[in-house]
Amino acid sequence: MTELYNQISSNKWKSYLIVLFFFLLVGAVVWLAGYFFAGFGSFSIGFAGVLAIIMALGGYYWGDKVVLSMSHARPADEKEHLFLLNTVEGLSIAAGLPKPKVYVIEDEAINAFATGRNPKNSSIAVTTGALRKLNRVELEGVIAHEMSHVKNYDIRLATLAVVMVGFVAILGDLLFRGMLFGATGRRDEDRGNAGAVIMIVGILFAILAPIAVKLLQLALSRKREYLADATGALLTRHPAGLASALEKIGHDTNQLKTASEATATLYIANPFKNVSASRLLSTHPPLEDRIARLHKM
Amino acid sequence: MDLIIIGIIVIVVLFVIAFILIYNGLITMKTRVDNAWSQIDVQLKRRADLIPNLVETVKGYAKHEKNVFENVTKARSALLGAKTVAEKGAAANQLTSTLKTLFAVAENYPALRASENFKQLQEELSGTESKIAYARQFYNDSTMEFNQAIQQIPTNVVAGMLAYKQREYFQATESEKKAVKVSF
Repeated sequence: MTELYNQISSNKWKSYLIVLFFFLLVGAVVWLAGYFFAGFGSFSIGFAGVLAIIMALGGYYWGDKVVLSMSHARPADEKEHLFLLNTVEGLSIAAGLPKPKVYVIEDEAINAFATGRNPKNSSIAVTTGALRKLNRVELEGVIAHEMSHVKNYDIRLATLAVVMVGFVAILGDLLFRGMLFGATGRRDEDRGNAGAVIMIVGILFAILAPIAVKLLQLALSRKREYLADATGALLTRHPAGLASALEKIGHDTNQLKTASEATATLYIANPFKNVSASRLLSTHPPLEDRIARLHKM
Repeated sequence: MDLIIIGIIVIVVLFVIAFILIYNGLITMKTRVDNAWSQIDVQLKRRADLIPNLVETVKGYAKHEKNVFENVTKARSALLGAKTVAEKGAAANQLTSTLKTLFAVAENYPALRASENFKQLQEELSGTESKIAYARQFYNDSTMEFNQAIQQIPTNVVAGMLAYKQREYFQATESEKKAVKVSF
């Protein structure tokens, strides 16, 4: 049990550390913009900021409806999905949260996701493949994982990450174009060797910062997945349930048809199975790692 | 001289803010524990409410098993009338054992087992048993959080002022820990 609590606190502080790096990166890019753009520095910062926030607010308030309709989710039926509904209600009691709305997605792949900006406005969706192929204990583990995302405000955190990524991407792009075409507005006396070095550093930073912030976002997503595994195990007091479900997911060859890149982070398992990209570029930690950690709890 | 006065005012204000935050935090935790305790009763009552329906459904297919029905109904009344924690524990255990007998008897009636109504009720009862367990778990988790807070520094100072005492954990009673008997 101690291991469980340890994993929860370690993943929590690691994700706060990542958020700190986010803010530092954003701060650095903002400073750069102010330095290079002199006159229109605040305009470019404001522009990037407003755009990013509008994107994020849209996703924040309407994101759950969009995701649910994109997945062709239908509300769970009282008669057909009684076990699912009872399990969600039971786990809400264990978590001290209001009951989320429950949806079912017609798909052979084993997967589930949670969405919603806060516990009062949350929804959970489960595939028919999951309902058919997982036994009761495994399904409980999966639902507990999804409820943990709601409980830990992961959707809100992910939205914040999206704002940061968008902001840095837009501002970085503006910086890059501005510096490349010499429209920096810096006065002549700053040119010369020192000025050139700073320019090069600035351009490199403008190219690398959007990449770095994207890597931070993926790292944050992976930490929150580990945290949801551990918090879910604390809810069911039975880590083996989720471990067993993840093993089944690992052996299942079906690919979730309605997943898109935008929604991949919300699912319990990476819906894109054939992604051979490195671990740093994945929204989810490797299944073997997750199963190993669950067995240690 | 002025700087010292301003410094003192700032420190006092910070202390007041800290006190308010800690106080409110303790109130939140305490009310959570109280709510969690009453939630257990909500689930127990829900289980009790499901039983008359279950008995009627089974009677429809297995009219002659009078003993079984009477035992279940009696156990349910006993639970609803129980007052002390010990009485409640014993009555709950008795109800569980009579229900198990009921379901064991239902195995002999294939028509009953196949009936959708019966399957629904079985699932509902099983779900309610889980919810009772989850409610007790949440009560214990909230109690742990509260007990930790009133003992840790600096929240224990405020807790002392409010005269908050540690709350008891929900333990399974001795009768609940024993294996449930099924009797025909």
